[in-house]
Amino acid sequence: MNLVLTWLTDPAHWAGEDGVPHRILEHLTYSAVALVIAAIIAIPLGLYVGHTGRGKFLVVNVAGAARAIPSLGLLFIMVLLLGPRLSGDAAFVVPCLVVLAVLAVPPILAGAYAGVEEVDASARDAAKGMGMRGLQVLLEVELPCALPLIFSGLRSATLQVVATATIAATVGLGGLGRLLIDGLAVRDFGQMAAGAVLVAALALAVDLIFALVQRYAVSAGLTGRRTASRRSRPKASADSTLITIS
Amino acid sequence: MIRFDSVSKEYPDGTVAVGGLEMTAPTGKITVLVGPSGCGKTTSLRMINRMIEPTSGRIWIDDRDTTTMDAAELRRGIGYVIQQAGLFPHRTVAANIATVPMLLGWDRKKARARALELLERVGLPTSFADRYPSQLSGGQQQRVGVARALAADPPVMLMDEPFSAVDPVVRDQLQDEFLRLQGDLGKTIVFVTHDIDEAIKLGDQVAVLRVGGKLAQIAEPARLLGHPVDDFVADFVGRDRGYRGLGFQRAPKLPLAAETTARLGDSAEQVRAAAGTEPWTLVVDEGRRPLGWVNTEQVAGTVSSEVLHRGGTVASTNGTLRNLLDAALSSPARRGVVVDEDGTFAGTVLAHQVLDAIESERAAAAAAQPAGSAAR
Ligand SMILES: Nc1ncnc2c1ncn2[C@@H]1O[C@H](COP(=O)(O)OP(=O)(O)OP(=O)(O)O)[C@@H](O)[C@H]1O
Ligand SMILES: [Mg+2]
Repeated sequence: MNLVLTWLTDPAHWAGEDGVPHRILEHLTYSAVALVIAAIIAIPLGLYVGHTGRGKFLVVNVAGAARAIPSLGLLFIMVLLLGPRLSGDAAFVVPCLVVLAVLAVPPILAGAYAGVEEVDASARDAAKGMGMRGLQVLLEVELPCALPLIFSGLRSATLQVVATATIAATVGLGGLGRLLIDGLAVRDFGQMAAGAVLVAALALAVDLIFALVQRYAVSAGLTGRRTASRRSRPKASADSTLITIS
Repeated sequence: MIRFDSVSKEYPDGTVAVGGLEMTAPTGKITVLVGPSGCGKTTSLRMINRMIEPTSGRIWIDDRDTTTMDAAELRRGIGYVIQQAGLFPHRTVAANIATVPMLLGWDRKKARARALELLERVGLPTSFADRYPSQLSGGQQQRVGVARALAADPPVMLMDEPFSAVDPVVRDQLQDEFLRLQGDLGKTIVFVTHDIDEAIKLGDQVAVLRVGGKLAQIAEPARLLGHPVDDFVADFVGRDRGYRGLGFQRAPKLPLAAETTARLGDSAEQVRAAAGTEPWTLVVDEGRRPLGWVNTEQVAGTVSSEVLHRGGTVASTNGTLRNLLDAALSSPARRGVVVDEDGTFAGTVLAHQVLDAIESERAAAAAAQPAGSAAR
């Protein structure tokens, strides 16, 4: 623990290209881009499957299988496959983003699908019976009701991606993985441990932000948080939401 | 008016849920579909708003063939209430009620005002407007479901077992309010239930279906009870139908007997002196509304509300023969309490007087209707 503190409190480690802030920024960029790509693919697909009931089989099986893919192995294959077709940094960045996105798709897809699937059948029936068209049922009823599970899928994908984005360093890119790889090379255990701590802290911080966004995005009618009127929102601490969803 | 024109529904697995249904639900009336589980009630109902498409036949609303209309447009003009209410959990009560108005493009203010008005209409406080469905009881949710169906003032309402998920006491209350509401609104309603008592209570006409979605009989409730067309209908309308049929016959004017009455706080001696040898004395309040019976021999000290016998039911002078007979049968004094429309005590009747009245009504009916034509 002392080693970690000593390393982290050394001002030299907080400045410049290899400084902690820059590494965090790189780490967040890889993670965010991968997550956005994954969300753009997985959320509409999950909503579609949940809404139509078509392709359930695909979601369940593909999502399950994708979870079993080893990230590091996939990264090396991607670099070998895509690398020669791309130039400069992109030869490594693109494979890296692909791997992280592949990692993020299954939980987001499963969350979006399950969210819509689990919408109360009578609410869906009533929506249609009152004259909502298919897309209105999806956007006005199914999506808002699915939000808690969509968020839980997004958050578990985020935790995984932030933790796994360390692999970028194995192909010479930046991110907090650098601290681990470089630390290992020179047997600087303080640096390695500091890297691990920073990754964990970053993951938790990002999750906290998601928790806050979720509070505002999800109707209180679904969470049962709010009791009477719009204004009497209780100031419950955000970390209670953090624990509920892994 | 809703007209089923030889409508059939066969599901892809070969189940014939509805077979050649011919039926009319008249404008401004409640038509109840009743029958055993799986007889095709829900299927028939949902074909009206095309939640289910018929395999053959047509359904007309007034002079429009529903199959020629856009399904979503059609549904916006038809109120739809289902068993589990089906409220949107993420929307407030007011937003739930305003669903169809918003779909029809009303402005927000007008839709909300309408929602508040409807909350009152269905007997809920307007303070519920900003609650979420999860904060309401089952009965309250069902009321919101009815309000939501009424929001855009559709001429037609479809209701699928709307009151069957609540307990019997609440159900009774909801049914009474529903009838009151319908008295004001006069919608064309098709109402599905598997409960024959509910059907008889609510229906202007009751359609009994048998399994396979075939119409066994369609008639006014009294007629259904009095003249079931076959064993199936007779079995289905069940026991006590003679007695329940009395519920549709207005009581004739009967001679009412006067009673010596007592008031709360009267002393036991006073009561006994007034009653003479009569073992039961009726207690009334300041407005002469009956409170209950007191046992003249057993009362001690003063008459208090604890010693009142409250088992007797009260019939109204404009009530039914069933109310009158029940009042007589349930009274500990054997004299049934009858009140005026305003609830004040009018007099008492004995069971045999009511039975005599029933006898003479039946004799009169038989004389008016020659034998042989009784079945229809
Ligand atoms: N989607 C479906 N596919 C196949 N068969 C169906 C389908 N929906 C209903 N059925 C069958 O059609 C018949 C009529 O069903 P329906 O739901 O109309 O009955 P119901 O009279 O409403 O019964 P309940 O009182 O139990 O609600 C039943 O035999 C039922 O099993
Ligand atoms: Mg049904």
